[in-house]
Amino acid sequence: MNVLELEAVQTHIGAYHILHGVDLAVPEGEVTMLLGRNGAGKTTTLRTIMGLWAASAGRVSFKGQPIQGRPTPEIAQAGIAYVPESMGIFGDLTVQENIVLAARNARRASELDSARLDWIFGLFPALKKFWLAPAGKLSGGQKQMLAVARAIVEPRALLLIDEPSKGLAPSIINNLVSCFRELKKQQTTILLVEQNFMMAKALGDSVAVMDNGRVVHSGRMAELAADEGLQQRLLGLSLGAHQ
Amino acid sequence: MIARLLSHDLPRNRWLAAALLLIVVGLAVAPFAFPGSKALGVAAKMLVFILLVASYDLLLGYTGIVSFAHTMFFGLGAYGVAIASTQMGAGWPAVALGLAAALAVSLALALVIGLFSLRVKAIFFAMITLAVAAAFQTLASQLSDFTGGEDGLTFKNPEWLSPAFEYGRLLSYYLLFVAVLVLFLLLLRIVNSPFGRVLQAIRENDFRAEAIGFRTVVYRTLSNVLSAGFACIAGALLALWLRYTGPDTTLSFEVMLDILLIVVIGGMGTMYGAVVGAVLFVFAQNYLQDGLKLAAGALDGVPVLSALLTPDRWLLWLGVLFVLSVYHFPTGVVGRLRALRQKAAR
Amino acid sequence: MKLGAFDWRPLILLVGLMLLALPLVGAPSTWLTLTVAGLAMGLIVFVIASGLTLVFGLMDVLNFGHGVFIAMGAFVATSVMGGMGAWVASPSLLLNLGAIFAAMLAAMAVAGGIGWAFERVIVRPVYGQHLKQILITMGGMIVGEEVIKVIWGPLQIPLPLPEALRGSFVFGDTAIEKYRVLAVIIGLLVFGALLWTLNRTKVGLLVRAGVQDREMVESLGYRIRRLFVGVFVTGSALAGLGGVMWGLYQQSVTPQIGAQVNVLIFIVIIIGGLGSTLGCFVGALLVGLMANYTGFLAPKVALFSNIGLMVAVLLWRPQGLYPVTNR
Repeated sequence: MNVLELEAVQTHIGAYHILHGVDLAVPEGEVTMLLGRNGAGKTTTLRTIMGLWAASAGRVSFKGQPIQGRPTPEIAQAGIAYVPESMGIFGDLTVQENIVLAARNARRASELDSARLDWIFGLFPALKKFWLAPAGKLSGGQKQMLAVARAIVEPRALLLIDEPSKGLAPSIINNLVSCFRELKKQQTTILLVEQNFMMAKALGDSVAVMDNGRVVHSGRMAELAADEGLQQRLLGLSLGAHQ
Repeated sequence: MIARLLSHDLPRNRWLAAALLLIVVGLAVAPFAFPGSKALGVAAKMLVFILLVASYDLLLGYTGIVSFAHTMFFGLGAYGVAIASTQMGAGWPAVALGLAAALAVSLALALVIGLFSLRVKAIFFAMITLAVAAAFQTLASQLSDFTGGEDGLTFKNPEWLSPAFEYGRLLSYYLLFVAVLVLFLLLLRIVNSPFGRVLQAIRENDFRAEAIGFRTVVYRTLSNVLSAGFACIAGALLALWLRYTGPDTTLSFEVMLDILLIVVIGGMGTMYGAVVGAVLFVFAQNYLQDGLKLAAGALDGVPVLSALLTPDRWLLWLGVLFVLSVYHFPTGVVGRLRALRQKAAR
Repeated sequence: MKLGAFDWRPLILLVGLMLLALPLVGAPSTWLTLTVAGLAMGLIVFVIASGLTLVFGLMDVLNFGHGVFIAMGAFVATSVMGGMGAWVASPSLLLNLGAIFAAMLAAMAVAGGIGWAFERVIVRPVYGQHLKQILITMGGMIVGEEVIKVIWGPLQIPLPLPEALRGSFVFGDTAIEKYRVLAVIIGLLVFGALLWTLNRTKVGLLVRAGVQDREMVESLGYRIRRLFVGVFVTGSALAGLGGVMWGLYQQSVTPQIGAQVNVLIFIVIIIGGLGSTLGCFVGALLVGLMANYTGFLAPKVALFSNIGLMVAVLLWRPQGLYPVTNR
């Protein structure tokens, strides 16, 4: 069953035609990697799914229901969490406040699910350490952890994550990988945009490669990882090379 | 030849061209066609406002800058002439000196204000100009020895323009007419020049203009300065006509609102909008009240309606018209007329 | 562990101004009177401006017509207090306060209601278009001012203080007007309520987050449009309350009251930083104190003291005293 489907989705931003007909299927309970060069349209695809930019044509369905053209808060409430490339941390708010905000069912910190919170602290100890600090004072890696933590403080059906490993130390990337693996065990579906191929290879079950606003290849990650020639053609470099 | 005169910025619509022609001819023969001092006063006010609003259109319509300091420059011109005539005695030297001094101060102030916009965002800029204009108005009231305070200054004109002289009023009127005509054509030249095009580019997308290589600050400041200069001259002309200057004829917030109303209803970024708008507005200001009086008289006794339709409340209806214009007529009367032609052509 | 110290400098500036004024004014009793007057005026301006700064910060909407809520509130107060003449004239403080609070509640309700209509009809269609917002909200204010003239007439109307609130408390040499003390109390209560709401409730959390990154708040599943309407209405109601307080401070109201106070509140929110409640608070107090100190020390300069203050603050911090870190 596909949790998310895009059919012939086109997106214009002002005069610029970014997505030229994207077809994408995200199977339930798997991690789907969205790969491609810079400017291929990966971020635009995520933003279009989230309703931040309106699709000018095509269909986006979530759990079988069409969501294109719906307002962003409604899409989020349907069960989709979005972690943008810029992370979207509220710098003037504390780490605690950022988390409370992300937990729609909690009105204050005391109402957060403590078991879930412990799990998050286990994955990202820095968040516990800086719980009452303004989020703007965290380091880049810590902010990224906070951004992901916000997306998982309550169970969601689908996570859209945009380049979480950008500029992060390898140890933190490992934390993220463990986090995503755990989520998979909880039947969470993840659509992950990544440039780091080690991470992509480690996590991905399905893969879609974009170029020039279209999906030019889709299939199983394992197949792509095994086919160096295909990697070269699609991405201009091999998965074996370290990013 | 007409096209050259208008800097190739043609009305582009039959109705608009007809209206403009009517206006120019009407204003040209006003002293003869519409006898009576009230009618002439209305015509003179139309002329002054055409220049005043056209200079504002340069700033708002073409450069995209919202400033509430325009009345300050208007006032400077008027007070310049008034103060000089009062202190030095009536005559052309006083007028010349007053105008020159006023222009110098206006241009300097506009320069400072323009450069200040370097440090602050557009929103701040609008609010700051509001504060500065308010302060200036208070200043004018405070320095009463100099400016006549709340009562303003009444002064005498040079001999040829004074009412004592047989053709005084006539000459005054035609001085206004010729000055406004020439300066308006000059404004048309400015907005249709390469400079004017850069202004419009900045208005559309200042980031991009800067990226292409235009120093937006320089252009914006220049636009500010030019706009202020024309407004200053308009003020001097008004003072010469009225032989009086006071805080309420030039510096009050009401005047700023009038300018905004005219430029929006007439059509921003068109120059001709200022002409059509000013004529309509001044006409309404003076004669609509009579119309409202009639309507109020007819509805006398009807509780709410009669209060809403009293001639004093004409600004209410103008305000409503203004709000509707901003939504539905964002391009104003002129824009609408021009769009009609395009629709018909399709 | 708490990272990042609170920025004390603007508060130090505030206290510094008060201390600087003491030797300049000379007599401590006069200084005290002026300071209380300045704080009272500042707090009234804060009440009026607090809603506006949040509206700017949260939805990036430039409402140049905020003055209309002030005026409406003030005029409603004249009607209410006019109708409660017996309570107003009575020497009983309780009845006086009752009349004032009734007027304030009515003013807030009316101003809030008009705010709701204003947002719906005038502001909503022009989201994102700053130029049109400026023009159209000004237009709204013109219409509002004229409607006030239709209902209450175009002339100035007196708004006398109730009996028990007239006059001053006298301590030795110092005279402190009773009404000013009430204004300070009310202003501080409003400030306290705003801070509590912003910092201790989820709604407040949403507002603070929305001021920084509207899009992200929506992505987290909150309908920020609805929140905005709420903030706008609250801001208008507060402006109405401020209008009552201002009218009582001046003991009269005119239809132009909105336009007059408009300039002042813009200066305050520029000084404070768009979107910052604390900035608005400090800015308002600075403006109030400055106006009263210079009014005493150098009356001719007093009218420019605000502008001078604004320019000085902007040269120090171009985004205001407490800039909000926007996306």
